[in-house]
Amino acid sequence: MERKTDNQFHHALKFREDLCIGCSHCMNICPTEAIRVSHGKAQLHANRCVDCGECYRVCPVGAIIVEQDDFENIYKYNTRVALIPSVFSGQFPDSVSSGEILSAVHELGFTHVIEVEEGVEFLNDRFNEYIRENQAKKPLISPFCPAVVRLIQVKFPTLAGNIILLKAPVDVTALHTRKELTDQGIASEDIGIFYVTPCAAKIVAVKSPVGEEKSVIDGVINMNYLYNKIFKILRQKKEKSEVTGFSHLSEKSICWSLTHGESGHMTQGRSLAIDEINNVIEFLEKVENEEIDGIDFLELRACDESCAGGILCPGNRFMTVDKLRKRAVKSGDSKGNTPESKTGKISMNDPFLLENIPLGPVLPRSIIKLDDNMSEAMIKMKRIYELNRVLPQVDCGICGSPTCKALSEDVVQNQASIKQCIFVQKILEQNDKMDMQESIQIMKSIWSDNKLDQNSLKDEINEIN
Amino acid sequence: MSSEKMHFEYRVEGGNFSEAGYPSSQVKKTLKQLNVEGNVIKRTVVALYEAEVNIVAHAYRGVIAVDIDTEKIIITLTDEGPGIADIKKAMEIGYSTATPEVREMGFGAGMGLSNMNTNADKLSITSEVGTGTIVEIMNYFHK
Ligand SMILES: Nc1ncnc2c1ncn2[C@@H]1O[C@H](COP(=O)(O)OP(=O)(O)OP(=O)(O)O)[C@@H](O)[C@H]1O
Ligand code: SF4
Ligand SMILES: [Mg+2]
Repeated sequence: MERKTDNQFHHALKFREDLCIGCSHCMNICPTEAIRVSHGKAQLHANRCVDCGECYRVCPVGAIIVEQDDFENIYKYNTRVALIPSVFSGQFPDSVSSGEILSAVHELGFTHVIEVEEGVEFLNDRFNEYIRENQAKKPLISPFCPAVVRLIQVKFPTLAGNIILLKAPVDVTALHTRKELTDQGIASEDIGIFYVTPCAAKIVAVKSPVGEEKSVIDGVINMNYLYNKIFKILRQKKEKSEVTGFSHLSEKSICWSLTHGESGHMTQGRSLAIDEINNVIEFLEKVENEEIDGIDFLELRACDESCAGGILCPGNRFMTVDKLRKRAVKSGDSKGNTPESKTGKISMNDPFLLENIPLGPVLPRSIIKLDDNMSEAMIKMKRIYELNRVLPQVDCGICGSPTCKALSEDVVQNQASIKQCIFVQKILEQNDKMDMQESIQIMKSIWSDNKLDQNSLKDEINEIN
Repeated sequence: MSSEKMHFEYRVEGGNFSEAGYPSSQVKKTLKQLNVEGNVIKRTVVALYEAEVNIVAHAYRGVIAVDIDTEKIIITLTDEGPGIADIKKAMEIGYSTATPEVREMGFGAGMGLSNMNTNADKLSITSEVGTGTIVEIMNYFHK
């Protein structure tokens, strides 16, 4: 395989074979059918995965992990910037002030701590302009959630052109921060910008971005990792330090990554917000069929309760939303007497940012197409239809594919055998076309020798009979 | 050039708006699997959806026949219904005989036929008043 494609299929979710028990929970939940079971282990089809993290949530043994940069990497730089999303402040108990969180992050070794959402006000204006100028591409889809962008690339290729080609708030804030620091005379190579991520998808967006060559961010820190480190510092602290926290963000900015965070602030026409990946899929099916009319802007997020529900957020998502909304109300109340609004520093028509926020095209990479050659694809489609008709439609997953339909496709794509279906095996056995040994061998090749070990029910076997 | 072909059919019931859209979404799925270019899929689905809704809104029942080969898709919608007396007039933007109930469902702007026309490479409509209407939509995969 080519290098380029390897990078394109880079994923932050990793399957640890040593821990995987081959239970197939992940296979059954995956919204893009990217997982199969073979030899008793979950196998990821990298071209289908969108890094939504649904598998991570259901794995009962923690065999799915999220890749992580070495924290020590921050010391490669003299100037170490932590970019923290506002949901981070919603992870802590009410008794912990934002000032305490802020000083703890500094204590960990960062020279600057900045909230990701500083770029929101600037970006909101650009979005509104973009929507006004691109009415022909309605409904325009927010590029905010990288799992959704990838979902559209693989599953809804015809909608790839509806994605707004502008960077995310984190990129705006990172660009601005780097510019400010270099303007102060710090060499760019001495500045390390680290993003504290709520999810796997945002990691992939940094490591192998869509629509840009290289991310402006130098590294990522997983939110649960940082949370634990900070919690330890806070516990050791006897007295509360009275440092000012990050209360300068506007109401809008604080809630931007929550559901309705973006959609509530698009001034052009009608906007809708949809969260949770299966809801997003259901809605995009309708959009693709042109059954949905008159929508200008779609905010789509892979997680339930959006980033408050990110897989790396340690807190309860509903509590996090409540805390952020309370913080937003407070920030609205104190309007006018906040010391100095840092957001104001990003000028609404900063020429440097204007030049640097457009994204290149988001290219479709369909997992739906059966073949590049159309008549080949037609032959395959007919074959899939025929195979699927003889399968029982139980979708039990015992064949190692998530559904009967998926097995039919796997067979036609030479990635499985129809004999993997337990029902097919029983039918063949009745017709003396398969003996028990063969069917056991097949089952072992899917689920491993262990799960079918002849001696494993030794004690219970007499009782069973 | 290969002579691979596919054919499938769907039934449509007049008045059943809640089921409308199924044939379009099936055709869309098929074209995606065949790796047809996105814009062609979009145009085809729009034209088909409008034609299907016209059966649901204006006729009693109908059959949608879909024929696909490696060059093109032909969709033939044959309905039993009142027919269209003046097809030219029906094609005009804004012309509609939709009942108040149909308008309540959000249809009846008189846009459907002209929308079909812009989204089909070839559109042919034949109709017999009192019997029914046949709509044929043809789109090419490669321009
Ligand atoms: N299959 C049909 N059978 C009978 N009459 C039809 C049929 N299709 C269209 N018509 C007639 O042509 C008119 C115009 O159709 P068209 O699709 O352009 O608009 P509409 O269906 O009334 O409204 P819209 O499509 O915007 O919801 C209809 O109001 C109806 O009188
Ligand atoms: S909704 Fe937020 S946390 Fe969830 S995948 Fe998308 S960007 Fe990540
Ligand atoms: Mg119509």
